[in-house]
Amino acid sequence: MNLQFLADGVVMGALIGLGAVGVTLSYSILRFANFAHGEFIAWGTYMTLVLTTAISTLFGGHTGTIGPLSFGWPLLVAGVAAAALTGGLAVALDRLLFSKLRSKGNAIVMVMASFGASMALRSLLEFIFTSRPAYFTRDIQMAVPAGLGIRLTPDQFFLIFLTMIIVVVMDRFLSLSATGRAMRAVSENPILARVAGVDVERVIRATWIIAGILATASGVMLGVTVQIRPFMGFDLLLPLFAAAILGGIGSMSGAMLGGLIVGVAEAVAVQIVGADYRAAVAFLILIAVLLVKPSGLFGVRE
Amino acid sequence: MILDLITYGAFFLVTALSYGIICLGLNVQWGQTGLFNVGVAGFVAIGAYTSALLTTPDVVERFGGFDLPIWIGWISAAFVSGLAAAFIGVITLRLRADYLAITTFGIAITIQLVVLNAITITGGPFGIGFIPRPFSGLQEHPLLFNLANLSLVCGITGGVYYALERLIHGPWGRVLRAIREDEAAAASLGKNAKVFRLQAFVLGSAVMGFAGAIQAHFIGFIAPENYLSAITFQVWAMLIIGGSGNNRGALLGAILVWALWSITGAALGLIVPAEYQARAAALQIVFIGIGLAAILVVRPRGLLGEVTKVSRVLIDR
Repeated sequence: MNLQFLADGVVMGALIGLGAVGVTLSYSILRFANFAHGEFIAWGTYMTLVLTTAISTLFGGHTGTIGPLSFGWPLLVAGVAAAALTGGLAVALDRLLFSKLRSKGNAIVMVMASFGASMALRSLLEFIFTSRPAYFTRDIQMAVPAGLGIRLTPDQFFLIFLTMIIVVVMDRFLSLSATGRAMRAVSENPILARVAGVDVERVIRATWIIAGILATASGVMLGVTVQIRPFMGFDLLLPLFAAAILGGIGSMSGAMLGGLIVGVAEAVAVQIVGADYRAAVAFLILIAVLLVKPSGLFGVRE
Repeated sequence: MILDLITYGAFFLVTALSYGIICLGLNVQWGQTGLFNVGVAGFVAIGAYTSALLTTPDVVERFGGFDLPIWIGWISAAFVSGLAAAFIGVITLRLRADYLAITTFGIAITIQLVVLNAITITGGPFGIGFIPRPFSGLQEHPLLFNLANLSLVCGITGGVYYALERLIHGPWGRVLRAIREDEAAAASLGKNAKVFRLQAFVLGSAVMGFAGAIQAHFIGFIAPENYLSAITFQVWAMLIIGGSGNNRGALLGAILVWALWSITGAALGLIVPAEYQARAAALQIVFIGIGLAAILVVRPRGLLGEVTKVSRVLIDR
């Protein structure tokens, strides 16, 4: 049996997992399901695309590629800058919209506002870039054997490696840094955290910035392996929510594992029923989790 | 000229009122009960496709076409949409409020996939045509045809409006609002919040499916692209701008937003060159999105907000 689909599922799962970590963090700390998270993914990717093009043009297009990878250093530099900008976008959206609703204390109105914001942000991308897909590179890469009859492209190797680094860094950050501990405190109990002297506003800003960074990472991965479209984030949103709930809201490792499960399940479903119903897999997983164990694999509350 | 204008006016109002009925359904869920349904498009689609399947004439290449009378199609549409809502509701309404939003979002995407890919049932991307239209005998006279349909839709809207008003101002509606405001207090009076939420969710979705069927029969043709998330978003904008919690607000919002949508659409069509039409349409959605968010921040009540009254007896005194 050809296990190639598993490899594609793992790459997809890694990027779903990165997005889901952002969703689960903002969900547990800000206490609402942010429907605009998909738009952070799309905006981060498009900003990376614009910056990559700008840098390459600046250097006369002679930036080359890194070893066997399909892209050069401009993509990495642009990705880091775009991640920061996306974090800024998330903070700005919070200032303009969510912070004003937060004081009224109705979480579901914030969900609705995020839904409106996502529609506006997505359509704005469509207005600027049209719905035609864009690509970081049009080169076709040769896949190299990775054992068990699976072949991976150098890009895929790199992205899996990058995901692992991000996960380790995030884990260390959340468990060791002062900001990380403050974030976990607010997620456990915001009132108690405030009483204990945690600067909740700062924690909220940090959460948005991290969500924006992770969203950009996940979007650029999707852009490198598949393509860039204004709807790319919207189409990822259901898998992200499914992964975050499967892992248990608030659990970072849960979200990552949930992302891998959703990614691989989608790849398996494509093998069995074809690609047409791929997007329904996340929905079925979501329904199954809500039926069997609504708190998810590593969830604590409820 | 003046006749054309009346014909267009009637056509416009039929469409706007069919959105108005969807808004009335959403108002039961959000306005009265505080349930956030992100899958409006899905429930409308279920209604439209159910009725289309039941009432279209038999076709060879596709399952069904049962050639049943229109009214059977409409009632079944409401029933099947309600059934789908019951399935979703039983699973999610016992959990935290956002899960309903996420799950309804999921079902709308799944239904979109099914109507797009289950070609033998739904016609796939080409949709279903030849859906019987009410008063089809009058089709040679556009004016009469549109006016007849307008009076039919007006009658139905009035009927749905009246029925919902009676329900909402009766004991049932009071329990819904009590649960929305303070679930613990309502529970202490022996009201089972889960059951009431489920009832409101199913009723609202059934109304949406019913409205979807009416729309499908008035246009005579349906395709998956009519049921993208943009429609969910439009209906939400209508309800929030008109005033959630108020059925008159829901209808006013529907007519107002649909008018704005049609006017800006027509204006962009005239001004913007053909190759930029898709971009202009995207810009329309940007403005509605900003408008929706702004209303939530600045005037959450909408134009006609909810009338707070505890009981008819207290007001009258």
